[in-house]
Amino acid sequence: MPSISRDEVAHLARLARLAVSDDELDLFAGQLDQIVGAVAAVGSVADQDIPPTSHAVPLTNVFRADIVRPGLTQAQALAAAPAAEDGRFRVPRILGEEA
Amino acid sequence: MTTLELMDYDDVVARFDPVMGLEVHVELSTNTKMFCGCPTAFGAEPNTQVCPTCLGLPGSLPALNGAAVQSAIRIGLALNCSIAQWCRFARKNYFYPDMPKNFQTSQYDEPIAFDGFLDVTLEDGEVVRVGIERAHMEEDTGKSLHVGGATGRIHGADHSLLDYNRAGVPLIEIVTKPITGTGARAPEVARAYVTALRDLLKALDVSDVRMDQGSLRCDANLSLMAKDAAEFGTRTETKNVNSLRSVERAVRFEMTRQAALLASGGSITQETRHFDEATGHTSAGRRKETSEDYRYFPEPDLVPIAPSREWVEELRGTLPEMPWERRRRIQSDWGLSDAELRDLVNVGAVDLIAATADAGAPPAEARSWWVSYLAQQANSRGVELAELPITPAQVAAVIALVASGDLTKALAREVVDGVLAGEGEPADVVEKRGLKVVSDDSALYAAVDEALAAQPDVAAKIRDGKVAAAGAIVGAVMKATKGQADAKRVRELIIERCS
Amino acid sequence: MIRKTAAELAELIRTREVSAVEVAQAHLDRIAEVDPAVHAFLHVDTERALNAARAVDEDIAAGREAASPLAGVPIAVKDVLTMEGAPTTCGSRILEGWQPPYDSTVVRKLLAAGMVILGKTNMDEFAMGSSTENSAFGTTRNPWDLDRIPGGSGGGSSAALAAFEAPLAIGTDTGGSIRQPGSVTGTVGVKPTYGTVSRYGLVAFSSSLDQAGPCARTVEDAALLHEVIAGHDPMDSTSIDVPVPPVVAAVREGKTGDLSGVRVGIVTELGGEGYQEGVLSAFHEAVEQLRALGAEIVEVSCPSFTLALPAYYLIAPSEASSNLARFDAMRYGLRTGDDATRSAEEVMSMTREAGFGAEVKRRIMLGTYALSAGYYDAYYGSAQKVRTLITRDFESAFQTADVLISPTTPTTAFRIGERVDDPMAMYRADLCTIPSNMAGNAALSVPCGLAEGLPVGLQIMSPALQDHRGYRVAAAYEAARDAAQGGALIHRVPELEAAR
Repeated sequence: MPSISRDEVAHLARLARLAVSDDELDLFAGQLDQIVGAVAAVGSVADQDIPPTSHAVPLTNVFRADIVRPGLTQAQALAAAPAAEDGRFRVPRILGEEA
Repeated sequence: MTTLELMDYDDVVARFDPVMGLEVHVELSTNTKMFCGCPTAFGAEPNTQVCPTCLGLPGSLPALNGAAVQSAIRIGLALNCSIAQWCRFARKNYFYPDMPKNFQTSQYDEPIAFDGFLDVTLEDGEVVRVGIERAHMEEDTGKSLHVGGATGRIHGADHSLLDYNRAGVPLIEIVTKPITGTGARAPEVARAYVTALRDLLKALDVSDVRMDQGSLRCDANLSLMAKDAAEFGTRTETKNVNSLRSVERAVRFEMTRQAALLASGGSITQETRHFDEATGHTSAGRRKETSEDYRYFPEPDLVPIAPSREWVEELRGTLPEMPWERRRRIQSDWGLSDAELRDLVNVGAVDLIAATADAGAPPAEARSWWVSYLAQQANSRGVELAELPITPAQVAAVIALVASGDLTKALAREVVDGVLAGEGEPADVVEKRGLKVVSDDSALYAAVDEALAAQPDVAAKIRDGKVAAAGAIVGAVMKATKGQADAKRVRELIIERCS
Repeated sequence: MIRKTAAELAELIRTREVSAVEVAQAHLDRIAEVDPAVHAFLHVDTERALNAARAVDEDIAAGREAASPLAGVPIAVKDVLTMEGAPTTCGSRILEGWQPPYDSTVVRKLLAAGMVILGKTNMDEFAMGSSTENSAFGTTRNPWDLDRIPGGSGGGSSAALAAFEAPLAIGTDTGGSIRQPGSVTGTVGVKPTYGTVSRYGLVAFSSSLDQAGPCARTVEDAALLHEVIAGHDPMDSTSIDVPVPPVVAAVREGKTGDLSGVRVGIVTELGGEGYQEGVLSAFHEAVEQLRALGAEIVEVSCPSFTLALPAYYLIAPSEASSNLARFDAMRYGLRTGDDATRSAEEVMSMTREAGFGAEVKRRIMLGTYALSAGYYDAYYGSAQKVRTLITRDFESAFQTADVLISPTTPTTAFRIGERVDDPMAMYRADLCTIPSNMAGNAALSVPCGLAEGLPVGLQIMSPALQDHRGYRVAAAYEAARDAAQGGALIHRVPELEAAR
């Protein structure tokens, strides 16, 4: 099926937030194509009526009681922050729509 | 920016049929977050209600809050939905700084509740059935504060500050099926739907449902179909609609904006728009870079949910009397006509009156407070009755104080003013403002004697049997006691002294 | 002292023949001596280790009961598990210097057991690799031949054992990252049943496959450690609430040397073409040894195992692409390019580009691709169906056999640099180990001889929650092998001083 284009690799890199260089684009395009070609064999079961397995354990209904547990202090939370201000994580300006 | 063209509303509905889809996010009032044991309280110091899990620290794992699942099922049942036999969480992958893991743990193609409806009563009594597509569980994001720049808004900000206290708070997203055929009444239906949903959630006691604090949030999708069209048009999604009134305004605005665009040969861009409370307009958010690719897949860190039918039925048994059932019962209990009931409903007073009655007040008293004095207060503040900072229990307490003779009607209004001003419970206000009725007869005798002495001519008339003249003395005594005396008792004492 | 087993050390400490401090110091000295050549450790905390050892000695002196059968025994922990007050890097530049504010459950259990944590071991970045060459902090070398890889991703943990820097270590196994390094370093590596060792605090690579487990030089030591770290944990929703399988008892039973009545199944699909000749002959010798112990040898076929590798290389990168999204320069870790003009989005992309190595980026890209709309059904969805087929194959194979066996890995340790430019060749190192991760079963690797002077591993696979079966067979085999070869295989590792 594949042949992953350079444009497609660039799109994937954007989705994955990787500022890949032009050289890397070429490298990844080649390697992804090779790997995807090698793993495409799984497609042989695509049309078969087999239930997919998402979890390795057959558990259901694992719930936690609604009881407060001690968490981190503000100082602990911010200890590893690249930048902090007024008890908050300081990050570069956010482009894009408000969530 | 191009000048805004809007079509006259009557023309809009003459030429187009609006199609709405409403998405309501409800923050659950559980003690802890969806996937960790951090508290959910609103308004704490930033980043003090966080732990490795809701901060998305490497190695942390989610553990599902059973109480949130229970609330989700109860909401689903109250909305006449089917409850999934088996469902899972999925990861919705996209990068955004307010989302610590850069994926949102949500439900995708397997919602816990689906395919229900909510009957919504409009102001004139017409009932519209709104189909519910689904209700699913997800987690809230953190909050960003945009700093610097001219506007304090996201655009032009220098940097942003993030607080993750809200990250991971349990959310239920309730999505309607496309609402069609409502024509000119679409904005009203939108408002009535959100109102009805809010009342329902309040009755279920699963959320604070405070639109002003964001515990109830509505996104309004709207598209227009030309009268002869067979397919839905392109829709916009308006966010940031923070009050019931705004829901109505936002839908109405989008109808007139989209109609003008379509009529002039333009086309609608599928986009997110923001509602501006001040102008009542919507404006385009940033266009989505490409078709959004969230790469959903089943959340491997959480196991599936398979609610047993016994559990679901048990939860069905915990459903309270629904707001509409309650209204019907109240109508007959209080002997209200349809029109009277509708008036109470339209000012949003029914549940408040009922709750006040439930707290021990006579229904007639309760009704009188909510539809007169409190309604005036809400009006002058420009808020909904339910948004007044006074609870039915507090109103009932005031009514009880009047009944026991501790307060006069006039004093009671002052107590209510105090509660509305945030001075505490009615008893606290009575205490702090010193509003208690002077029931000590000896104190009253002194005031009566003083007033009689001050107006000897009036006193003489009373002694002559002209009892009506006592009014002047009563007034003087009331003035002297700053209104804290029971006028009836004062009158009795005056007559006693003059006989 | 450093050549003793963990069980022996624990006994010496308990009987006060040596102190835990002496044991810890001996290992710290050994690390100082040989780790510059091996580079098994990323972080050694001498003071903390000695303090922990001192506390154990004080307990014993005061006559208090030992916290566990391994109290006072040193251990090395793969740098993918969080430990408060120590760095956790996962072998990645993007987490350099990060100190987690919490302990992983495994670390918490080790500390509660009175074990002495020496430090954190090297690994392929975010556990992605089979050679430890993908660490951002240098390659670990195989003590059997310093020009060869120690396996991966947990090469640091296994190399530390083979270099006698630690008697025990913790690894994590997503597609073979405990067993394959165990195999190529002549040590024992166990992947417990998925869901029996908590993943809380294990920095996720592929959540539905990751499982922490014991690394040791003997089967008994592995079992003792297994019982320390296993058990239900409410912090991990995929943790199974059942008693820990009786693995120590199974080892004792195995040591009697009787395997009669045990049916051992050779998996037809895991062997033959593409396998190194010396590996196959060592494997066949092991089969004969098992037969001699009384085991009934049967052949079983698991046809879907041929699709395990492709399915794995879709599932693991897909989950990884999501798990690794959190490394975005906003809350912790590296931040690159924040010059006050760039947006958060640009800084995220620049940081991730600078902070992740080539293999990690490759897998993130692959996973992003496999999950994309339009490809999901063909790739991720199909891979999950393959997973079902593999589980069914195991179920049917376990009808006819109590345990299944295969070589752990198709070749012995390859040379450093040999496969770095050929991802598919690298990926084939996990051919035999992946099926057990896909099904969540238990599996272990026990040394089964040498091929051209390099260790070969025998993989023993058990059904889920039947981990003890594998231990029993492994212990019986290990005892027979040592008796036949006149001593433990690990003692044939060359003297490191002589090698360099």
